[in-house]
Amino acid sequence: MTTQSHRNWKRVLTPWLFIAPILILNVVIILGPSLASVYYSLTDWSGVGRPTWIGLANFERILSDPVYHIALINNLKWTLIFLTVPVAMGLLGAALLAPIERGQMFFRVAYFIPYVIASVVNAQIWRSLLHPLKGIGPWLARHGIPFLNVAFLGKESTALYTVAFIDNWHWWGFLVVVYLAAMQSVSISLYEAARLDGASRWQEFWHVTLPGIRPTLVFTLLMTIIWSFLVFDYIYVLTEGGPAHASEVLATEVFNAAFGRFEVGYAAAVGLTMSLFCAVFVGIFVTLRRRGWEI
Amino acid sequence: MNSSRRRSRRAASLAPNYIILSLLVLFSLGPLLVMGFNSLKDNAEIARNPLGPPREGLNWENFPAAWEAGEYSVSLRNSAVIVAGTVVGVCLVAGMAAYALAKLDLPGADALTLYFLAGTSLPMQLFLVPLYFLWAKLGLVDNPLGLIIIYVALFSSFATFLLRSYMVAIPTDFEDAARIDGASDWQVFSRVIVPLTWPGFLTAGLVTGLWAWNEFLFAVTFLHKPEVMTVTISYYNFAGRYGRDWGLTSAASLIMILPVVVLFLSLQRQFIKGLTEGGLKT
Repeated sequence: MTTQSHRNWKRVLTPWLFIAPILILNVVIILGPSLASVYYSLTDWSGVGRPTWIGLANFERILSDPVYHIALINNLKWTLIFLTVPVAMGLLGAALLAPIERGQMFFRVAYFIPYVIASVVNAQIWRSLLHPLKGIGPWLARHGIPFLNVAFLGKESTALYTVAFIDNWHWWGFLVVVYLAAMQSVSISLYEAARLDGASRWQEFWHVTLPGIRPTLVFTLLMTIIWSFLVFDYIYVLTEGGPAHASEVLATEVFNAAFGRFEVGYAAAVGLTMSLFCAVFVGIFVTLRRRGWEI
Repeated sequence: MNSSRRRSRRAASLAPNYIILSLLVLFSLGPLLVMGFNSLKDNAEIARNPLGPPREGLNWENFPAAWEAGEYSVSLRNSAVIVAGTVVGVCLVAGMAAYALAKLDLPGADALTLYFLAGTSLPMQLFLVPLYFLWAKLGLVDNPLGLIIIYVALFSSFATFLLRSYMVAIPTDFEDAARIDGASDWQVFSRVIVPLTWPGFLTAGLVTGLWAWNEFLFAVTFLHKPEVMTVTISYYNFAGRYGRDWGLTSAASLIMILPVVVLFLSLQRQFIKGLTEGGLKT
């Protein structure tokens, strides 16, 4: 009897022992601190000493803070850029690559390489290329092409777009590979039918390829939106959000508030709004899907 | 005759594809090529010839100089420790979790899967700041172990999903046979399931290793002392100090990316498969 219950007990307990390490790590690293963020967002805290409860004051400050507004608008610009430019380049590359047999592997690998290189290195490569005294710009100017001789990263009007260009340079090739894999699983008979109907290459792409890869395409668009609200590495490394907050985004503002100005409570509040934006977009996506939108 | 003519017509119709695709290769690899060229020039030559291959002889001096200035002998060792610790930790933690979710009778397995999925899409900025002050209290800031624990927690969800998909494909006969021979659950896991799903562990290990090697946000937040810095952080500091020295930074970049690029080129199938399945997260 006792051995029987002992064995039952063991059968119930064993699965939990196997899953315990990941659960504990998850609670300690992600869930616990995330909940703590909710508490800190309602306090004034410098990181040392005791947090002072200030209610919703941090959120009131967010509503009126000009830097927060710039950062949010930059995140929205970033989202629009990354929903269009790399997706178009990824689709173009994949569509051109799909019918090719010879060398397909070479092109795939060549486009993918920047994606596996660390952001700090990619950023430095482009910082050198775009250097206002030693880069391509002044070199081209000496050879009669003056209009690229601009301090792209140092000017308020171009800083954000230049960082986006560099981030996109390392990202679009990844999308080529993802879209190519999706395109290769579209049934060939659909293409043959389209060809029999006399469809042009463009019509084929628009009416067969795009609908065929729609689940993958929609998923990458959703991830792009979420990830555009979290972007940090390239901006922090290349401009630290400058000049004069021209390329500030919410993630750099969290970092600067917490570790530069020691406004930990305010940083937690900004971080919380970032999560809310992501949750809203995922919510919209899930609702549209439930309503029967085929996305 | 007929088929070769068809093939040549087909090749001709694909010519525009090859031209555009080659231009895209130039865009993708051109900057890396320039970096390779410039690592072999001195600064006087870079000023005259910033883009082309070195014409005034190969200048290897940038490499030892970058090795010294970037403190690579310290940071490469730190990164190796952190990458190895992360890969081992992720394979162990995620392997066990995947086994429980795929093979054991775990009540609430679906709810847990959903929880891990939600956890992977939480912004890191949400928990980064409180985690830093918790880690500071526990003495885990400026401590490689502290960063390994964080990386294992961050990357294990992805690896769990990946490994679970490998494990559900294994017929139960294998486990049943081992159980009849008196094997415990741990022995079934370590001696039957892991050997049968090792390609999954290889993919998960490669991807988490790459992420740990390249990771910036947590490394720059949790490591400040020079003696614990990883390659990304020592490179970042180095680029801040010597950013104007194009030859030197190019050599430092090459030192840092060489292990990654060599490993990627030799195991690119596993890398691409793992990264396209899990990489949409980062």
